[in-house]
Amino acid sequence: MTDTLRAPAQPLLARYAESLFWMARYLERAENLARVLDVTQTFEASGRPAQAWESVVRINADEAEFARRYGQATPEAVRRFYLLDADNPTSIPAAVAAARQNARILRPLISTEMWTQLNVFHGWVSALTEEEIAGEGLSRLCSRLKESVQLNTGITEGTFYRDQGWHFLQLGRVIERADQTTRLLDIKYHLLLPSLADVGSALDLSQWHALLRAAAGYHAFRRVHPRELTPRAVADFLLLDGAFPRSVLLCVRQAEWALEQLRSRYGLRGTREAAERAEELRAGLEERSIDRIVEAGLHEFLDWVQRMLIAIAGAVGTAFFRDWRPGAASPG
Amino acid sequence: MSGPKPRTTEVSDADGRPLPLPGYDPGGFFCELTTERPGDGGALATVLRRLAALPVEELRRRAASAERDLFNLGITFTVYSEATAIDRILPFDIVPRVLTAGEWRTLEAGVKQRVAALNLFLQDIYNGQKILKDGVVPADLVHGNPNYRPEMQGFPVPFGSYVHICGIDIVRDEHGRFRVLEDNARTPSGVSYVIENRHAMLRAFPDLMQGIRLRPVDGYGLRLQEAMCAIAPPAVADPQVVLLSPGIYNSAFFEHVFLAREMGVPLVEGADLTVENDRVFMRTTAGLAPVHTIYRRIDDTFLDPTVFRPDSLLGVPGLIAAWRKGNVALANAVGTGVADDKALYAYMPRIIRYYLAEDPVIENVETRICREPEGLAATLAELPNLVIKPVGGSGGYGITIGPRATRAELEACREKLLANPANWISQPVINLSVAPTLTPDGLRPRHLDLRPYAITGRDTWVLPGGLTRVALKPGSLVVNSSQGGGSKDTWVLVDE
Repeated sequence: MTDTLRAPAQPLLARYAESLFWMARYLERAENLARVLDVTQTFEASGRPAQAWESVVRINADEAEFARRYGQATPEAVRRFYLLDADNPTSIPAAVAAARQNARILRPLISTEMWTQLNVFHGWVSALTEEEIAGEGLSRLCSRLKESVQLNTGITEGTFYRDQGWHFLQLGRVIERADQTTRLLDIKYHLLLPSLADVGSALDLSQWHALLRAAAGYHAFRRVHPRELTPRAVADFLLLDGAFPRSVLLCVRQAEWALEQLRSRYGLRGTREAAERAEELRAGLEERSIDRIVEAGLHEFLDWVQRMLIAIAGAVGTAFFRDWRPGAASPG
Repeated sequence: MSGPKPRTTEVSDADGRPLPLPGYDPGGFFCELTTERPGDGGALATVLRRLAALPVEELRRRAASAERDLFNLGITFTVYSEATAIDRILPFDIVPRVLTAGEWRTLEAGVKQRVAALNLFLQDIYNGQKILKDGVVPADLVHGNPNYRPEMQGFPVPFGSYVHICGIDIVRDEHGRFRVLEDNARTPSGVSYVIENRHAMLRAFPDLMQGIRLRPVDGYGLRLQEAMCAIAPPAVADPQVVLLSPGIYNSAFFEHVFLAREMGVPLVEGADLTVENDRVFMRTTAGLAPVHTIYRRIDDTFLDPTVFRPDSLLGVPGLIAAWRKGNVALANAVGTGVADDKALYAYMPRIIRYYLAEDPVIENVETRICREPEGLAATLAELPNLVIKPVGGSGGYGITIGPRATRAELEACREKLLANPANWISQPVINLSVAPTLTPDGLRPRHLDLRPYAITGRDTWVLPGGLTRVALKPGSLVVNSSQGGGSKDTWVLVDE
């Protein structure tokens, strides 16, 4: 190592970086899935049960797998598919199991508190029963799922050593969070497109409320937009707000920052491709007004955002995780 | 061995003497807690008094809570079947096993002597083979041993240390005498439980330990790191140590995590390492970073597919060449398995005398070698009174305990002996010592052993105490975790 000022004090195994990224992604995925299920139940209460639950399957792109295993998308079947079915790779138990598997690999690196909480969380989630997911118990269950992930996030914030591993973990978290926010927004559009007549009705408004609450953004939204609750304002808030923790723009800015830290503080030049993709996505968000986005088609825009997020994750993976070859990312 | 005694009550034994704990009668066995020994400074009586004062429900409550902690902390091994992966803890018994300062001095000296002899033997075997030429150990025991590695001939290791991490299994007979049962010179496991059991004890029973001064066990990681640095290539100022594990599916994975954490080093798998120009590197986010010492927890034959098993995916191609060039150190060295064989074990007292000109500090269990005609004859004559063990086995498998065996089992054993005598040794049944252990019936005597751990770089250090394994089934002499054994915290008292 000639560049001693920039050389990391502690080398980070490529495999550890990968596991940190994925542990955070899977946990964030579990939390957001709980949010989606929670808000879906609210939609169901407002009168379109089958449609509401079907849309959950659709936004997760699980239509084929779901139909093969369960047939009709009844509320019960969808709940079971996402809350009990560990064989469904997009279920909450599967996401928590995958997070724990990565945490196991990372045990030499992460704090004992991080591991233990996740281990206990996994024990609980993998033993959920039909009774716990039924009826009015679902909302309580979703709250507990969210809190369990938030607890892990808090423990991580308070105990995990802040070197380059921290930035790989943050990258996984914010990329997944941005992706999930686009899905949450998309579910609402999937639901409402066939019934434009409802737009602006009391039912419609209550659904936008529910959506904001699912994203934990209702009160913040009220402060920022005290006099309007329109679909455009909500989409603007979830996509383009610069201060809301779950907005796509804020997540992308955080991803850019993490990549910049990895480059400047730890000398990881392999961040270039990912940083360029992130910059492109951020610019794409910053330069468009919500009106333009909605006019051109919100769903299509969300699709583009999701593809860009995949590109960023892919660039990080190619540079740091798998099949690394000397010369490709060697510092000086 | 004594049968059940008549008229034992909760408070007194068959002869009317008061029992040390309610319902606890160790019978004719040496008890690690209730048999009086000099030099304990009153600690044994204190522990007994405190234990006796706790209702058994309270003991159970604390035991359950301690075991739940171990499970939640992931101090577990994973049992895989086709469809499931179940995490299990090594059952933890909350009654500690206590060693006096004097007893520990004997054990420590005995372990150091044993490790010194093992290393001298390996150095000789892989250099001049003087001991074979002098006829002390039969040459074919070495050359015909599957763990003998001719590749090691003439290869120098720092300080003549081959066995850097060693575990010696020691039992205690009914007179309280220590006996070595087995040497573990390859990749002995279990040390993580020594330290975690102490932590569990501190959480569950601070009141039991209060005021009793114990030798600490938490220095293990530092000592290990120190030894790993000492054996690194001498030109390296700040050596990078790694722990090489088969990965998360290995049943000892928790221990690998524990040791990597205690040493503060990366836990790597074979695919994380690569060899270029006979130097070993690990793949990091910043490129290849050099590695200087590997504490490997995989067997010799999996280390390097270009030298040993070509089908091994756990190892690192080119590792042995890098090692032979002196660019990386391996702990333990390759080829130590030739020294911890059960057949060779029988020769250890002679090996100690040969190299050190000393008597063994801790004797072997008397052992008959069935490859020798007189050993086979004596074994066959006394079969129902002996323990018969395969020389290559581990984990308590394949053992026949004569006094516990049925007529048919003894007959099967006799046939196996005659078919391949060289595969067997026999030993008298040792009436292993016992200690009070929490059972469904309350505190009852259960048999146990002890595995102290020694670290050897420049010199040898022994972790105070070691792993006490306890057979949880009544009367059972098999303490292995694969056969229903558990473990206890092991206390070494500080000299008053």
